Amino acid sequence: MNSAANAIIDVKNLVSHYGDRQILKNVDFSVQPGEVRVIMGGSGSGKSTLLNHLLALLKPTSGTIEVDGVDVVNADRKTLAKLRQKTGVAFQGGALFSSMTVGENIKLPLQQHTDLDDHTIDIMTRLKLELMNLAGFEDLMPSELSGGMLKRAGLARAVIMDPKLLFFDEPSAGLDPVTSVELDELILKLKAAMNMTVVVVTHELESAFKIADKITVLFDGEVAITGTVDEIKNSTDERIQNLINRRPRNDVIDAEQYLQRLTTGKN
Amino acid sequence: MTYQQTTHLKYQQLHLTGEVDLHNSPIVRKQLLNILNEGSSVLVDFSALSYIDSSGIATLVEAFNLAKTKALTLTIVGATGGPLQVLELTNLNKVFTLIESLEGIKE
Repeated sequence: MNSAANAIIDVKNLVSHYGDRQILKNVDFSVQPGEVRVIMGGSGSGKSTLLNHLLALLKPTSGTIEVDGVDVVNADRKTLAKLRQKTGVAFQGGALFSSMTVGENIKLPLQQHTDLDDHTIDIMTRLKLELMNLAGFEDLMPSELSGGMLKRAGLARAVIMDPKLLFFDEPSAGLDPVTSVELDELILKLKAAMNMTVVVVTHELESAFKIADKITVLFDGEVAITGTVDEIKNSTDERIQNLINRRPRNDVIDAEQYLQRLTTGKN
Repeated sequence: MTYQQTTHLKYQQLHLTGEVDLHNSPIVRKQLLNILNEGSSVLVDFSALSYIDSSGIATLVEAFNLAKTKALTLTIVGATGGPLQVLELTNLNKVFTLIESLEGIKE
């Protein structure tokens, strides 16, 4: 039995393009149930593209993507809709509807997908607001919240249905250090109490090291390494060490290619 | 999830087995509200409960509050593992009455 046998996410040989530009090159990515997996990498490494593929928002050029047993590349709309009910997504900016109050935003998935009583829905919404330290903000509009609050409100909405699988795009981006530590704690609590599998895309090292069971590092669309926090820290790969020690990339310049890019705009 | 309702001294006991989730928490809600509306205090037996989601927790909050307004009690018996962790995560272990077993229950 290989390690991917019971995986809740199993990606094999994923190749992805935006137009002619290749973004992901033969990415293998497998996550076990109950795991917190962090996807790391610099800007343009392909981490957001990988996330969008896991959410079935993009079609790959080739390769297979299975999420909770569903082949998301070929699944029909009904199957995808069912999968999405078991999946929570917290987007970078919160992605709340600006014309609805915070409370209305958070309860929306319950109203759309369940037959629960309004009392139950209201209490569930307030439970999640409490959990995110947003008690009392139910009736405010998203425009009245700070960046950190918006992010927490987005997380509240993402977990309102108690998803099996939570995707979180850049939880710490743009947050003050205290708020970002609180969010990390919250992710760990959700994992422990709800048995959630969590996939976090981030470039914040400190956060990654704190929450991850395993980290996958992407470089230029390829998986450079997948390993535990210690394995990442002890990696001898120069690119990984550069990332950990925040050293700027020192790319070798191919003079010919560089000149071609400047003169023709093509690689 | 399956449930069994029995009488224990002056209490109605609701014994929950398996997983309480979005699909079956309305059944739990109906049972709990019925018991309370009929004027009985209730013991919710968690000892065979492996999972409870937030719709189940919200149901307990509503029922606990109803019990309070009727001067009745709602007591959770034998919560362990995941269900206990969810109660702790939501700080409801500090609101609800939790007991380990029926031994301490008196008339």
